[in-house]
Amino acid sequence: MSETVQTASLPRSSSSVMGFVRSYGIWVAAFALIFILPRIFTSGFALTAMSLMGITIIFSLSYNMLLGQAGMLSFGHAVYYGLGGFLAVHAMNAIASKGIAVPLPVIPLIGGITGLIFGIIFGSVSTRRGGTAFAMISLGLAELVASCALILRSFFGGEEGITTNRTKLLRLFDLNFGPQYQVYYLIAFWCLICVIAMYALTRTPFGRMCNAVRENFERSEFVGYNPQLIRFIAFCLAGFFAGIAGSLAAINFEIVNSSYVGAVQSGQVLLAAFIGGVGSFIGPVLGAVLVTYLQLTLSDITEVWQLYFGLLFVGMVMFAPFGMAGILMLHAPLLRAGTLWRLLPYYVIAFVPTLIMLTGFCLLIELTVHVMVKASDGPMMSFLRVTFDSHSFAPWAVSAALIATGYGLLRLIWPRVESAWNDAMSLARQRGGVA
Amino acid sequence: MNSAAVQLDGITKNFGRTEIIRGVDLVIKPGERHAMIGPNGAGKSTLFNLISGRLMPTAGTIRLRGEDITGLRPYEVNRRGLSRSFQVTNIFPRLSVWENVRCAVLWSMGYKYSFWHNIDRLTDVRERTEQILRQINLLDRLHLPAGVLTYAEQRALEIGITVGGGAEIILLDEPTAGMSHAEAEHAVALIKKLSEGRTLLVIEHDMGVVFDLADRISVLVYGKIIASDEPAKIKANRAVQEAYLGTAA
Repeated sequence: MSETVQTASLPRSSSSVMGFVRSYGIWVAAFALIFILPRIFTSGFALTAMSLMGITIIFSLSYNMLLGQAGMLSFGHAVYYGLGGFLAVHAMNAIASKGIAVPLPVIPLIGGITGLIFGIIFGSVSTRRGGTAFAMISLGLAELVASCALILRSFFGGEEGITTNRTKLLRLFDLNFGPQYQVYYLIAFWCLICVIAMYALTRTPFGRMCNAVRENFERSEFVGYNPQLIRFIAFCLAGFFAGIAGSLAAINFEIVNSSYVGAVQSGQVLLAAFIGGVGSFIGPVLGAVLVTYLQLTLSDITEVWQLYFGLLFVGMVMFAPFGMAGILMLHAPLLRAGTLWRLLPYYVIAFVPTLIMLTGFCLLIELTVHVMVKASDGPMMSFLRVTFDSHSFAPWAVSAALIATGYGLLRLIWPRVESAWNDAMSLARQRGGVA
Repeated sequence: MNSAAVQLDGITKNFGRTEIIRGVDLVIKPGERHAMIGPNGAGKSTLFNLISGRLMPTAGTIRLRGEDITGLRPYEVNRRGLSRSFQVTNIFPRLSVWENVRCAVLWSMGYKYSFWHNIDRLTDVRERTEQILRQINLLDRLHLPAGVLTYAEQRALEIGITVGGGAEIILLDEPTAGMSHAEAEHAVALIKKLSEGRTLLVIEHDMGVVFDLADRISVLVYGKIIASDEPAKIKANRAVQEAYLGTAA
């Protein structure tokens, strides 16, 4: 039948080699990548960064099961992350002190089950409602757990938290998980498993109905589904994966404290998922990598790194609401039609004034911070390794000039970028790269 | 033993003190195409909402093939074999046309909340989805987001979603509303084709469509059914002429 050919672009089971590559190639590549990465980036910083990225990838993908897949805006996802972490630490301490034969690699499962159980408890309340009501309930539950974390000292350890020693558990294959690279591989292993599981979940009847409930809650009720139950299941599973992420963090740092369940942690996962893009599966992965990297590096460069972080978020919401993945997707048809290279020179040209403008803004922020917040340090400060007097006129004038120049040039160049975009797009359309 | 596909007994619905539906008794026989007509505000859509579980009746019972379904949730009603469309197009706008129809077939094919089946490998689901898309003539649109379809195409998709689950009883709420004459004709042909072997209850304003489509007609005026009969007898019914058709004829 000729019509069936049109549906051929939908994935089908295939026994051919090409079919295997298309279906699983990306996962084999991902496996190879996480295996090789520590050999390319060998520094201690890189290993720590990659370990944290792995944790954040799981956490933000689990968050996206709520926001991106099922349309639930949660302000309290760290609850399941943190509780998973606490239970994991208590489990590790108990296992070590009683000498139970449980190796470290299965500990994240304890965290996951903790997240699942609390997902079931809290989800049965919060998923009855959608939209704003759900968001408010999630916020309330997060506050509840966060305040419990400070009150119930015996379990949460108060301000100091609870420490553990990951090397005291049963050894498998002579791995004691003392060195960071062993922990990295443990995290990478769980990360890959979780990513595959969460991706597979989006390709199931349940996963597709999550999208349907997100799109039209009422209509899904009239095709036989209980949309509240869909939300509830999604919530529980998101809790499960968040718990795994939390327990991996506990293993990585060997300490958990009340900040694990706190609002800042909940906010950060929202930012990571959103900056990466909640509209696609890969988005939160990109967001997790970027946000983790920025957190680690920006905090060394500037004291107000959270301000830059917030500005980045605001900028994304305003100019790229579909996140980094959305920006990439926009270029996919051009790449397919082979017209992307026409655009690149314009991007390079536009990049220069953007950089000038951003430098001006950063200088302005740093100057303001130095004068307002760090007045006791004296008037001298340095920016981009140049030392100058923040009370003098010159640096302020330079920052204003940079912003004005950058903005002016960008205004001048932007129409050309736009027309180049339109040309590339129409050419792509002619070549049939765009549906 | 009750043989009616749908049977309403003394259904009333109040919104606050306002009576919208005032004691409706109605019997829809299995396999018949039944049209519901009546002036604006007569309560036709409200009656649909009551039957499909969207609203709860204030009093009375609703039976589906003999089983009391009064007060069941919409999905429970749907699982018992009654599916409805909406007057205002109610689809999944950002999902593809393909996904829209596929969502509608999943439950009835037994996949429910499964998170262990790979959806792309469900041959039966794919074939059924394809079959429905062919019937509603949207197979060449399958990759588009449903929200970008033309109005008439969205209405066809709405019907496709409604019949997708293979329900034996279909309720269509003004399926041709807002369509051009040619589009409406096309839609009626589609409805005829899709309702074959099923029980159909349809709300319709276009009298041409009603008399073309229906085996029987019920006339709802101010929350009461004043007549329920074959088209020719409805045409001849004086009460109907006074209340409704008189102004149209």
